[in-house]
Order: sequence, then structure tokens, then C-alpha cells
Amino acid sequence: MNEYLDLFLTFARIGGLTFGGGYAMLPMLQREVVEKRGWATEGELMDYYAIGQCTPGIIAVNTATFIGHKNKGILGGIIATLGVVFPSLVIITIIAAFISNFAELAVVQNAFAGIRVCVCVLILNAVIKLWKKAVIDAPTMVIFVLVFLGSAVFSLSPILFVLVAGIAGIALDVTVQSRKKGGDNK
Amino acid sequence: MIFLQLFYEFFKAGLFAIGGGLATLPFLYDISNSTGWFTHGQLADMIAISESTPGAIGINMATYVGYTTAGLPGAVVATLGLVAPSIIIIIIIARFLGAFSENKLVKGAFYGLRPASVGLIAAAGFSVFKLALLQVDLFKVTGAVADLFNWKAIVLAVLIYIAMKKFNPHPVLAIAASAVVGVVFRFGGV
Repeated sequence: MNEYLDLFLTFARIGGLTFGGGYAMLPMLQREVVEKRGWATEGELMDYYAIGQCTPGIIAVNTATFIGHKNKGILGGIIATLGVVFPSLVIITIIAAFISNFAELAVVQNAFAGIRVCVCVLILNAVIKLWKKAVIDAPTMVIFVLVFLGSAVFSLSPILFVLVAGIAGIALDVTVQSRKKGGDNK
Repeated sequence: MIFLQLFYEFFKAGLFAIGGGLATLPFLYDISNSTGWFTHGQLADMIAISESTPGAIGINMATYVGYTTAGLPGAVVATLGLVAPSIIIIIIIARFLGAFSENKLVKGAFYGLRPASVGLIAAAGFSVFKLALLQVDLFKVTGAVADLFNWKAIVLAVLIYIAMKKFNPHPVLAIAASAVVGVVFRFGGV
């Protein structure tokens, strides 16, 4: 029981101290999970992260589920996830309650108009970072452009793109790999 | 009824959003379009709040949208909906981790999924871009190209971009500074 509480509190601390989402969570996980508690090795953490990035869902949640499951089974996976989610629930609910009362204020409107500009730049930077990893050749470039146009101009459902891109990826990967004759495995 | 619908919408987002917090963005736009629970403007504010508070961005947004839509129970239900597919899928994957990463079909699927995911995030970013840096409505009225651009905002965006490149500050700092600039120069026009 104590170990479950430890899982919950550790992941609550990680969730509560990370600003900026999944990527910013990695150094916190390294310190709390690998160095302090030995729940996973550095290598295992990297594996979890890599899989968390390319499986559905939030990266932080995927990683928490992995580490919790590895140490205390399915219940451990669920408890670690609830821990990482808990601070968000508390903090955002308080802010949402507060903002809904004050959203009409001129100061708040002006501040958010400024923040929106900043969010633009933050998203641009995140996209550039991801783009470098994902768009690696002509076929992936075509997928990127088609999905961007389809979503930005025609507002088609994201689920459609995820399904079609997954199937296209399997088909394309086979042709690309056979053309390279197994050139690189990266 | 609203809770079931919230859980279902966020379960879908959790099931199909690949590549982390911002990947849920396109789904939130989709929810906004199909349900009208919140506007695109509110969504941009939610992104700002989610980015500047602790925790995973996707979770923060689910909590915020859930709370805005149906109060505290809504926040809990939306968050659990978003998280449920992850728990199920990861526990299944954890059972045969080794085979998973070496599987040819899985590798191929990710080869196609990654650029699609970036395309979706870029499209979501583009709609924030239109809202923050362009004045499409004013342009439609006046027809003057200079009116299409919100010059104050564009100058701020360029300055933030340069500052991020040069000093790599914490995003919270950049967001706080932008809020101050927004208040001082009346970015909201009020």
C-alpha cells in the first residue's frame, strides 16, 4: 500500500513541477525515477519515452503508465498516471474558475492577446523541432504537406489523417526500404 | 449525458492523438467545431494557460475544456477520458515491449504517422497564427493589404522568436513577458 502511495506522490510531484509539457518532463523523470528511486534505468526511460512519443496519448501519461506498470503491475500503472494528472486537475480547475469570472476584464483580455502571440512562436518552435525528426525524405514531405493543407484549409477530421497516414506509412516504408535495399535501419 | 459525451470526445482524442500534448490540439478544434462547447478564441486562451501552468499540456487542456463545459465533474471526466486509452494501450504494449519496437509493420506505420502528426500540429498552430497575427475581418472590410497584418503582434512575435533562439528562456518567462507587453500596449484593443 505504501509503495502505491509512493508512486502516486512521486508522479504528482513530477506533474506539479514540470512546465511546458511532455518534453520538459524528461529531466524530472531522470532525477526522481532513475536516480532517486531506481524504478527504471536510464535506458529503459529512453525506450519508454520513444514509445510514448509514437503511441497514442500524452507522452507524460504514457511514460508514467510504463514505469508504474513495470514496478507494481496494472494497478501501479493506473496509480502513477493518476498521480501525474492530479496537480493539473487541481491547478487548472482553480484557474478556470478564476478566469471565467475575470475574462471580461480589459487587463485580462490584453494580457491574453499578448500571450497568444507568444503561443504562436512556441508552437512554431515545437513544430520545427518535430518536423526535423519526422520529415526525413520526399514521401514524408508529401504526407506532411497533404495533412497540413487538408487540416488547415479543409478542416477534415484528424482521425482520418492518422488512419490513412498509418496505412500509407506501411505501404511507403516497404517501397522505400526495398529501394534502399535495407540501407539504414534508423 | 454531457459527461458521457465529454468522456467519449476526449477518449477519441487520447486514442488518436500521437506525439504528445500539442497533438491533442487538432482534436480540440474538431470538438469546438462539432459541439460548440467553446470558441476558437477560448481555445487559444486555454493553450496559453496550459502552457504556462505545470503539468502535461494535453491534460491541462482536457481539464480546462471539461471544467468550462460542465464544471468540476466535467474536468475530471474529460481528463479520465483522455488518459484511459493511454493506460490501456501502454499496459498492452508493456507486455511485449521487445517485439513491438522491432516489428516491421509498426515501424512502417510510424514512418507515415510522424509527418502526419507534425502536419496536424502545424495546422493547429496556423489557426492560432491567424487569430493572433492577422486581422482577416478588418481586411475583408477595407481590402487594404496592410490591414491584413496585425503589425504590433508581428513585431512582438519576431522579438520573442529571436529571444527564444538567443537565450532559450523557459516558456513561462516568454509567456509572462508577452502578457506584460499585451497589457502595456493594449494588444486586446481594450
